[in-house]
Amino acid sequence: MNKEGMTLIVRTVTRISVWLIILYGIYIALHGHLTPGGGFAGGVIISLAFLNVTLAYGRKFTSRWLDIGLLGDIEASSASLILALGIMGMAFGGGFLANFLSHGKLFHLVSAGTIPIYNILIGAKVGMALFVVVWTLAITRIGEEEEQ
Amino acid sequence: MTVYVLCFALFLVGVYGVLTKRDLIKIILSTGIMGYSANLFLILFAYKKGAIYPILSKGEEIKAMVDPLPQALVLTSIVIELGITAMLVALAIKLYEKYKTFDITKIRRLSG
Amino acid sequence: MILPFFVIIPLLAAFLITLISGKKDNWAIILSILAELSVLVLAVFCYFFKLDDVFVYSMSGWKIPYTICLVQDALSCFMLIVISTIALMSLIFSVTYIRHLVTSWRYYALFMLLVTGMNGVIVTGDLFNLFVFMEIALFSAYALVSYGRKAEEFEAAFKYAIMGSVSSSLILVGIAITYSYTSSLTMATIAETLKTKPVEVTYWLGGLFLAGFGLKAAMVPFHAWLPDAHSSAPAPISSMLSGVLIKSLGVYTIVRLFFNVFGAPALFGTLLLVFGTLSIIVASFLAIGQWDIKRLLAYSSISQIGFILVGFGVGNFLGILGAIFHLLSHAIFKSLLFYNTGAVEMALGTRDMRQMGDLRKALPVTSFTSMVGSLAIMGMPPFNGFFSKLFIIMALIKAKLYFVAFLVVGGSILTIAYFVKFQRYGFRGDRVIEKDMVKEPISFGMKFSMGFLAVLCLLTSVMLIPGIREAVIDPVINVIANKTGYIQSVLSGR
Repeated sequence: MNKEGMTLIVRTVTRISVWLIILYGIYIALHGHLTPGGGFAGGVIISLAFLNVTLAYGRKFTSRWLDIGLLGDIEASSASLILALGIMGMAFGGGFLANFLSHGKLFHLVSAGTIPIYNILIGAKVGMALFVVVWTLAITRIGEEEEQ
Repeated sequence: MTVYVLCFALFLVGVYGVLTKRDLIKIILSTGIMGYSANLFLILFAYKKGAIYPILSKGEEIKAMVDPLPQALVLTSIVIELGITAMLVALAIKLYEKYKTFDITKIRRLSG
Repeated sequence: MILPFFVIIPLLAAFLITLISGKKDNWAIILSILAELSVLVLAVFCYFFKLDDVFVYSMSGWKIPYTICLVQDALSCFMLIVISTIALMSLIFSVTYIRHLVTSWRYYALFMLLVTGMNGVIVTGDLFNLFVFMEIALFSAYALVSYGRKAEEFEAAFKYAIMGSVSSSLILVGIAITYSYTSSLTMATIAETLKTKPVEVTYWLGGLFLAGFGLKAAMVPFHAWLPDAHSSAPAPISSMLSGVLIKSLGVYTIVRLFFNVFGAPALFGTLLLVFGTLSIIVASFLAIGQWDIKRLLAYSSISQIGFILVGFGVGNFLGILGAIFHLLSHAIFKSLLFYNTGAVEMALGTRDMRQMGDLRKALPVTSFTSMVGSLAIMGMPPFNGFFSKLFIIMALIKAKLYFVAFLVVGGSILTIAYFVKFQRYGFRGDRVIEKDMVKEPISFGMKFSMGFLAVLCLLTSVMLIPGIREAVIDPVINVIANKTGYIQSVLSGR
């Protein structure tokens, strides 16, 4: 199976490192209120992990390994959840997107109210969205129009 | 002062690229350069002499910090330009499929 | 209270359409029409019940200089009604038209994003938020222009996207300079701080913003993307772009920035006059020579935006009244005319006027409403186009700008010329087209939207009867004419 994807060395290293990259992305997205980074940077790293698999193993393998429709659904549902959380912020007093959970202690992981939740949701959305966009560009033989 | 002049020079490089290059991909890259120079300009304004990054770590007292607002603006701006660049690249792929060339002087079916 | 919902409802609709749509687009259509209808109901509610108050809504409940605030005054209500009406009519029109091109739910999701972006631009009171929503709307516009997947559409979308990115970078540099002078991004605080600085600062900023937003509004040195983009797009998208997008992103932001934030120094009025007159004359000359029916309408859009800019440039009460009314009427009749060309294109399969004929028997509703639209844009008396052009010319004469008034009257005469050409070759040509030569029949949805807009052409002239005018349009004009009174209303009504 050497026609698609890259050589054996790249594939072996990718098999190990992809999970580490996803873990790193989740770490950066989750600690957005303590360290630099946040939702968007974490999401880009997660999508780069999937892109790594696509480059190393080829398109056919990746389309069997990942369900692209599921990724699109995750993206749209996390976007709707962000809006729903914002509206809940309105219901609890304060404006749209208010910070209505307890603020917790400084420097702890579970603190600062709703900000970590937003970071996770944005990370999921951005990660899936970027990967779906690049995937759509990569399968240009099939006539699809531009997606988000 | 020199930093601002160099930033403006980067912007002019981007404008030169958009105006004179004939290859589609080079035009897309030049719009990217213009976007980068605008973001750089935005961050340069946030600098105060002798201040450090605006992150509070455990056990440090609060010193003078640079302005964090333009950093949030630049983050948003980078995301927007990422989307626009993705759209431009998709359009370039479709244009290549239809016109079989990347040369912008040959992609001229609309005129008048 | 209800201000964020103008943005939340279309955005939620866009994401839900992506979630729940499979191969067919029935749910997408129902959801998008429901969303648009609710936005229109909200806009009408705001307009008719709360016109004199200014609503300020701070996001996340923080205080004003530290947060993004949403501001609603009379001008925003007015623009929201215009956008929502035209968007609803475009949705009804596109149910059949898009099925004829390609069945897909993606069109509706992109359309909802376009509406989100435009509503966001109108409702926001913060400068960078305006930039973000403007980019959302433009992004959807670039994608929608190329929706039919023909070769010319991609070329037009590419040109539009490149020019749009250049102007967006210019606007971003302008926002950076504004932030460095005033260290705030809320428009009201910027206005307050700029009052204490010398006027030359606003000249520099105004130049940058005029170049950036002027490209979105298709003023003449920056208009080159418009004929390609508006003529290649599918008909309901052309009507949305030409009818509301260039006014919401271009004219509204220029007016808001120049009048309310910068306080309208005299130089800006002169600049708007110069560019506006140039747009009218140049675009009219270019429109006369066109044989493609949609390209002619696209050049006509550039020319009518010139009228609106001249009206704002004059600056006195009559000028602003004429400009606002022309904004409303142009949205209505230009959308109507684009629907007509869409129907003709669907029926005959061509856009070249030399190949069309006498369409009065084959497409009766289309030719009748196109006659109504053409009479309105030419400026014939009971239609709304007459009143708006009359007010603009009267305002110019009152301000003693006789040469500009002469040029504007010349532009109106040229408008009559090319619309007579439009009617003569497009709808009353030499060979008679029978009903059986029509390729696809026009459905009820398309006829309904065309008829509704034609009726609106007549009805909106009623808004100028003096008693109704004072209640309905005067608050809008006072927001603009009051220039920096905007600061007072925003900062006190928190």
